[in-house]
Amino acid sequence: MPPTRTALGLELRDVTKRYPGARTAAITGLSLEVGAGEVCVLVGPSGSGKTTAMRLINRLIPLSGGDILLGGASVLDRSAVDLRREIGYVIQQVGLFPHLSVAENIATVPRLLGWSRDRIAARTQELLELIGMDAEEIGPRYPAALSGGQRQRVGVARALAADPPLLLMDEPFGAIDPITRARLQDEFLALQARVRKTVVFVTHDIDEAIKMGDRVAVMRAGGTLAQYATPDELLRAPADDFVAQFVGSDRALKRLALATLADIELADASGLNGDHARLPDTTTLRDALAALLTGDGRPLLVVDSSQRVLGKFTIEALSERLRSEHAQL
Amino acid sequence: MILPSAVVIPNYGGSAYRCERHNPLFCFDWVSRNWDAVLWPALREHIVLTVVAVALGFAISTALALAAYRLRWLERPVVAVTLVFYTIPAIALFELLVGVSWLGLSTLTAEVALVSYTLLILFRNILTGLREVPEDVRDAARGMGMNARQLLWRVELPLALPAIVAGLRIATVTVISLATIAPLISVESLGTPIFAAISDNLFKTELIAAGGLAVLLAVAADGAFVLIQRRLAPWTRVRTR
Repeated sequence: MPPTRTALGLELRDVTKRYPGARTAAITGLSLEVGAGEVCVLVGPSGSGKTTAMRLINRLIPLSGGDILLGGASVLDRSAVDLRREIGYVIQQVGLFPHLSVAENIATVPRLLGWSRDRIAARTQELLELIGMDAEEIGPRYPAALSGGQRQRVGVARALAADPPLLLMDEPFGAIDPITRARLQDEFLALQARVRKTVVFVTHDIDEAIKMGDRVAVMRAGGTLAQYATPDELLRAPADDFVAQFVGSDRALKRLALATLADIELADASGLNGDHARLPDTTTLRDALAALLTGDGRPLLVVDSSQRVLGKFTIEALSERLRSEHAQL
Repeated sequence: MILPSAVVIPNYGGSAYRCERHNPLFCFDWVSRNWDAVLWPALREHIVLTVVAVALGFAISTALALAAYRLRWLERPVVAVTLVFYTIPAIALFELLVGVSWLGLSTLTAEVALVSYTLLILFRNILTGLREVPEDVRDAARGMGMNARQLLWRVELPLALPAIVAGLRIATVTVISLATIAPLISVESLGTPIFAAISDNLFKTELIAAGGLAVLLAVAADGAFVLIQRRLAPWTRVRTR
């Protein structure tokens, strides 16, 4: 990737959306800030206005009240069309143009912006490589010839084409089978680590929110913000009963998925022989606990990437961590 | 000289041939002798009538469909009016239009009638094609910053193309078939030799030759549209995974 355009911070200020004729507002007094280069996930049950909130940002839905600032400037101060060309947009059904090849799909916004033919070709090739596709092979194909996962990757590449400072993603992996979804999530996180865009990501799946978000905004019916916090904070200290219920009674378990074996104190493994199961230190605590339960509680050997034994993982090590965290609160 | 009454010799350019005398099912000889003077001019006029009618019908229908695409309420009245045109028996419509004083027995009258038969088919197909553009595709196009004109030209019309071409195929074949009755109002077409053959003791060769040309013209026009669609909409031939 060439030097990318700087991601811009986003701020929603007391945003309200009321549809004409509707008795209640879809969004009420929503305020939140997303730092440049951060992933903000809007999550909530249906009717909580999360998609509406997202579509207010690129003005696909007109604002009723309040303001939205991108890089400190109001989105209302410019033409909606110009604004949208500067904001990447990915939707659940992808919405690839069936009559255009993959390469032409990716070139959509650059063409609207009037880039030169050479610049567009170079950029298209670069993006296809970025999403791990062979430009020669996939570029000329029509979307109908791609699998669901491939289409979604192309959708992301298309959204990144003009190197936008902000990316909006509306349930981008919602229509994909669970295995492919997990892979696409991992790929996107790896991609995001490289391109560092400001991202607003909408989902109804709390697990996806926790996995993808630097910060998670939990919304409730009527379009109000129930809590805006990091995934860890959200799981450790839900603001109220609604959030607690929404994140689930297994929130303690979910929280274990946020840390890996490398993050905790391991007991000395000397004295354990070689036939104990081994786990890489990149394993999440949640998966480690699952492995522990599967192995009838026998201690597990934790190894680094070169298979060197770092220590042993036991149920005691886990409870010790939970105790110490509790003491911090 | 007195000829036996059983032998009736129509006067074809002053010479009598076996074909005309015996009226067999078909003889190529007659066709080649009458191509330049009878069949070709009729075919040419038929093609002109058809092309003009389809082109005008397409222009009018496109304008109406685009308007109805934006303003939904327009669909019902447009369908109602064009449906009436479509259901009036062709012969009645031709004669009816002749009665409209300023039209009279003219090519214009024929064109008005033919165009009116294309409107319902073309309008419906174009409108359906536009409406069947998937909502997610439209949403993505808008979200990426296309304005209404770009959305129409770069996304909606290309995607409606298969439905539009399907409409053009039906409309063209309909017009080619209907144009054969144009001679009823003194306008030349392939109907001219057909009517001549009928009034000439059902002269089979001419009837079959002119009728056959109309069929061939319809098949050729239909095939041409298929080729055009393949050329303009290659994506429709991709297998979906």
